[in-house]
Amino acid sequence: MSFSPKEIWKEFASSNIALVGIGIIAVLLCMSIAAFVTIPAETFREWNDPSSWLAYPKSALPAWINYFLPEKIPEHLILKPQESHQESGGVSVVTDVFVTDYQYDSFPSDFIYQYKAEYQGSPLVQLSVTRPDGLSSVLMSTSLPQSTSNTTFEAMLFSTDDSMKKNIQNKIKFLFPVDFVPSQDLVFSDLDQNKVLKGVYVFKVTVYDVSGNLTLDQSKFILGGKVYGFMGTDELRRDLAVGILWGTPLALFIGITVSIGSVVFGLVYGVFAGFKGRATDEVMMRFNDIIYAMPALPLLIILAVTIGNSIFLIVGFLVVFGWVGIAKVSRSMAMQIKTLQYVEASKLMGQKDFKIIFKHILPQLLPYAFASIAISVPAAITTEAGLSFLGLGDPAFPTWGQILHDASVYGAAERGLWWWILPPGIMIAITGLAFVFIGHAMDTIVNPTLRR
Amino acid sequence: MGFKKYLAKRAITMFGVLMATLLITVALVGSNMDAILKQSVALEIRQQVTNNKSLISSFKTPEQLDLYVQNQIKERIVALGLDQPWYTPQRLGLAMYKILTLDFGHAKFLTSDTGSSDVKDIILEKLPRTILLFTTATAIVSLLGILLGAIAASKVNSKIDKITSGFAIISSSFPVWWIGLIMIFLFAFVYPVFPARATPTIPVTDPGYLSSLLYHMALPLITLVLIGFGSWAYLVRNFLVGVLQEDFIMAKRTAGIDEKKILYRHALKNAAPPIVTVLALSLSGSLGGAIITEAVFDWPGMGRLYYEAISVLDLPVIIGATYVLTAFFLVSIFLADVLYGYFDPRVRRQ
Repeated sequence: MSFSPKEIWKEFASSNIALVGIGIIAVLLCMSIAAFVTIPAETFREWNDPSSWLAYPKSALPAWINYFLPEKIPEHLILKPQESHQESGGVSVVTDVFVTDYQYDSFPSDFIYQYKAEYQGSPLVQLSVTRPDGLSSVLMSTSLPQSTSNTTFEAMLFSTDDSMKKNIQNKIKFLFPVDFVPSQDLVFSDLDQNKVLKGVYVFKVTVYDVSGNLTLDQSKFILGGKVYGFMGTDELRRDLAVGILWGTPLALFIGITVSIGSVVFGLVYGVFAGFKGRATDEVMMRFNDIIYAMPALPLLIILAVTIGNSIFLIVGFLVVFGWVGIAKVSRSMAMQIKTLQYVEASKLMGQKDFKIIFKHILPQLLPYAFASIAISVPAAITTEAGLSFLGLGDPAFPTWGQILHDASVYGAAERGLWWWILPPGIMIAITGLAFVFIGHAMDTIVNPTLRR
Repeated sequence: MGFKKYLAKRAITMFGVLMATLLITVALVGSNMDAILKQSVALEIRQQVTNNKSLISSFKTPEQLDLYVQNQIKERIVALGLDQPWYTPQRLGLAMYKILTLDFGHAKFLTSDTGSSDVKDIILEKLPRTILLFTTATAIVSLLGILLGAIAASKVNSKIDKITSGFAIISSSFPVWWIGLIMIFLFAFVYPVFPARATPTIPVTDPGYLSSLLYHMALPLITLVLIGFGSWAYLVRNFLVGVLQEDFIMAKRTAGIDEKKILYRHALKNAAPPIVTVLALSLSGSLGGAIITEAVFDWPGMGRLYYEAISVLDLPVIIGATYVLTAFFLVSIFLADVLYGYFDPRVRRQ
């Protein structure tokens, strides 16, 4: 029953399925690190705050879908200024330039210029466009509210504004009736007919200011589209790539903590009962039977509703129902080991019970313990996902299950929003599979009877 | 230890489990329950007083009226025993006794389709639907699984064996409810064959209700079968492979008995005890999972009732549904024990 770690590793490494498992977990760990590095913790905290996702499109498909479509769907772009410069003289002029190569087959749904200005007096903001055909037009000009002291002002310019359409019509002559054409369609339209004119568009924002101490901040140009990013967005405009990426460390945390907790507790409990035997064993095993036969999910739901649904509490609840099976097996293993001569000998030598348990029995069970840890990870992840799916997850930590809960609430399946439901489920399954593979391979090493 | 004694011991454990589960439930929801009950008492008395015009006119100042109402509420709370905390032995005992005699009281918000708010009526209406869905699914799954498992076991390491094992491992790593979402997407959106919501839209009293219910059941049923039969086949295969290596099978083979006959008559019979146990356990397991599965498909059974009761915190319904779910869970575990003893004489004689 004993193995040297080297032998185990050798056998383990020769198993293809174990290597696949290790590979997947390595990828998941990389994703977790990427999540920590690339996505600031605030974004993740703001997951459930709708106001922080306003710049994003609603239920947008992933952007890569365009590779498979003959008609390219406009991508939702959040542009940062490409150049930004400030001229000062009598009148200081701040210019931000946004450039986009528009190669899509339909018009953007809208466009918005968002900015924050710090100024004195009453500066003038002007938005203008230069089209691929060389024509250019002022789209909108507005002055900021008069102020005698230094103030900051946040605002947006919308393409739906009435003045924008008038400005374009005055400047550019279209050869088709423009009465019912919205302004964003005019800006991106061919002159002869109302079709997209593909090419490079340059949007320029100029702020004229007399007082001379103007700063333009958080200036961005949002071109509304129907595809976004690598994973698309959901009904609440959230970038699903952020949710999926952040779900990875959470799932690993939940799965691994719960399985280590359950295995350690179950192991110690089972070994103690098996080692002590007699009445202690009887009482402990009856208690084990009771927990074993309890319906876990209804109780987990009641616990989450009444006590609380913080992620740490849920991990604790999952451990409460997770240790029983392991305790049963390790008890029977301990009963075998305790009849071995060296255990009897150390007993005769007068060693204390807990020392025998920790020094002589538990180390023998370690290979089994590692296999059980790997095998119980998937159940922990799916159970947490199930609780989250019912809406009982910790809102401060958006897990994959919670993404699926929102998807279900907004009827994503019936409405065909596949990019909202497929990735979280696949991630849950892949993570579970990786641990199943590893556990399976370890089980074959630990239980020679399984080898055939 | 005789088999009867063994069963008696199991039965006592099961009863202990039922009581422990209920105690935990009552303990967890008890304090909330009291607060809600007190509120409803106060509301009731205020309504009585406001409806009684002559009573109101007999008070001179609003303060007097207020005092009267407060006293009435206090009296009623004492009469109902609500002045004592829920954990006093009398109240706990009474609560447990009521639950044991299936007296769950009235639901706070939820009603049955026929409009009754008696928790017993609600549960009796939902329970058959859950049993209908999950026993049908388990029956189909076990039949398919045993058949496929036997085929895989008779051809170990063949293509069909490998496909079965692979399918089993992969299908069991997806949550059932997620497959449910995908099935809704595929068969209610892409190819609109089945309704996305499994609750029939016609009233219960309509003669076409049953057929409509069966039609609405198709999608959840297909999902449960699809996700279940792979791991079943894998289990049956593993049990059978073990049996097929035993000496008596070898003897039968050398005696020239048909390979099919050996597989389906002798090997399957010997692998029956663990298979039956797992069957009973998987039935109980699927009942626990019913909460999420029914929530996904909107199937109007116990699971969805439980989910709805949790989301509006309808405590009498929660307690009643926990009781019934737990009881079913335990009965199927107990059944597994009995069947195991029935199929494996060694257990009986021990």
